[in-house]
Amino acid sequence: MTDLNKLGLSEARDLLRKGETTSKEITQACLKAIEGAGALNAFVHHTPEIAMERAAAADVRIKAGDAPAMCGLPIGIKDLFCTKGVPSQAASRILEGFKPEYESTVSQNLQDAGAVMLGKLNMDEFAMGSSNETSAYGNAVNPWRRAGEDTALTPGGSSGGSAAAVAADLCLAATGTDTGGSIRQPAAFTGTVGIKPTYGRCSRWGVVAFASSLDQAGPMTKSVRDAAIMLEAMCSYDPKDSTSADLAVPDFEAALTGDMRGKKIGIPKEYRMDGMPEEIAKLWDDGAAMLKDAGAQIVDISLPHTKYALPAYYVIAPAEASSNLARYDGVRYGHRATLAAGDGITEMYEKTRAEGFGTEVQRRVMVGTYVLSAGFYDAYYNRARRVRTLIKKDFDDVFAAGVDCILTPATPSAAFGLGEMIDADPIQMYLNDVFTVTVNLAGLPGIAVPTGTNSQGLPLGLQLIGRPWEEADLLSSAYSLERSAGFVAKADKWW
Amino acid sequence: MMSIDESTAARVAKLARIKVEPEALPALAQEFNTILGFIEQLAEVDIEGVEPMTSVTPQNLRRRADVVADGDQQAAVLKNAPDAREGFFAVPKVVE
Repeated sequence: MTDLNKLGLSEARDLLRKGETTSKEITQACLKAIEGAGALNAFVHHTPEIAMERAAAADVRIKAGDAPAMCGLPIGIKDLFCTKGVPSQAASRILEGFKPEYESTVSQNLQDAGAVMLGKLNMDEFAMGSSNETSAYGNAVNPWRRAGEDTALTPGGSSGGSAAAVAADLCLAATGTDTGGSIRQPAAFTGTVGIKPTYGRCSRWGVVAFASSLDQAGPMTKSVRDAAIMLEAMCSYDPKDSTSADLAVPDFEAALTGDMRGKKIGIPKEYRMDGMPEEIAKLWDDGAAMLKDAGAQIVDISLPHTKYALPAYYVIAPAEASSNLARYDGVRYGHRATLAAGDGITEMYEKTRAEGFGTEVQRRVMVGTYVLSAGFYDAYYNRARRVRTLIKKDFDDVFAAGVDCILTPATPSAAFGLGEMIDADPIQMYLNDVFTVTVNLAGLPGIAVPTGTNSQGLPLGLQLIGRPWEEADLLSSAYSLERSAGFVAKADKWW
Repeated sequence: MMSIDESTAARVAKLARIKVEPEALPALAQEFNTILGFIEQLAEVDIEGVEPMTSVTPQNLRRRADVVADGDQQAAVLKNAPDAREGFFAVPKVVE
């Protein structure tokens, strides 16, 4: 059998269970694909020995008829997840050389479910970015190119390496994390599926913290079915994360009926931004028509505080980041600056953090420090938290009125060129998250599904937003959208 | 609107314990002003009587029994330290 790396999770699982291939064969195909994909810079730490060892163990389990959900399926892990004995540096210089002595709960859950780790994936430094251009490892590159061009495009961010790796078939699926859109935007930029579950579904323990009240892990996959399989394996109640939800994890795959009859889909008018590109507006209208054809009722809704989501996010996220990143002080792990004679502990902190943090991380830590500082705490931080309450209430009201899911574009554009935003002010980059960031602020589940291409042949995605804890229903709606859209395009291999 | 000058930028860098060279301060102050100008929109929102969000999902933080549940892992704790000596983290002189 050829091209086993091109399989999705569900296809590979079924072949493995039928004995038509082995985990070793699929894993080898992925390792070979990774070896040939250096130009994408998606995998930044390779763990072929661990992969082959876990593949062999998985093959034994499958043969014995004891195959858990992800048994023998090779995946990539975002560098934000701590993996025992394997470099985990959040794409930052400040964690250079850091090899955790422990395993994150999510990656442990995946390992327990039989998944095979191929290596660690590129990302924006500390997950701060929308283009994977803030990484200490250099840019990850999108396997997709504009028709007839060879301009290198961003795979999005912060989970850019995960998106590129899945889109280029270097692995069957990957983990991502999403604080303001970091799973859904890269998924949309690469024609893949990415879901951020309800805040509290996936344990944050062992995931390098960015903004703790917003961070959630989730899967990045080749199909909605795969997302359902992998999300279920990632979720658990975890006493080690005080915000982990003590709720049963449903069988997400079994819920994939795609039955839209009787469902109410909301179309928020505030998301129809001024200057929205025609192709995005059309994609959105087409998506609504597909869900309507499938039996759903389409209703216009209003989420009046949408406009204030990004500014609130750019207070809350940097504030939490400035607090979380205070731990990088050159004492317990990672980089410590070389000190001059007479330098004391303050100079050690200041030099270590100046050398270890990149520009965007420094900027956000300082903005966060400012909005939390005496005299500004109420004006900025508390005001943003009060606006956040209103943003969540917008969603609560719509769901209380009987809306099951909300349909929006996933991104304001297709993937842009690497370096294209270099002269833009930081706000221009932040606008990438305009459709996704509300979902983090409200703690809701959101999924990006590829449904079309733009005039240059690049993938475009739509986002569905669900009620809290109703990922099963959300995935089923996404499954319907995926079936109707029939998006099957893949990037032409140039790497 | 609050405008950030170079001395404020320097103060913020100091609070954040990030060394910023004096020649980088004007650009940094300019960036802060751009970002804070964007954030300034929040002033338009009527937040009268609205509570600041503390938890996005209604939940009480759980408590566990006040007993030792972990420990005795000195070697693992020190494993990644840039400078560990005699079972401790080593840092430059703190007290004169």
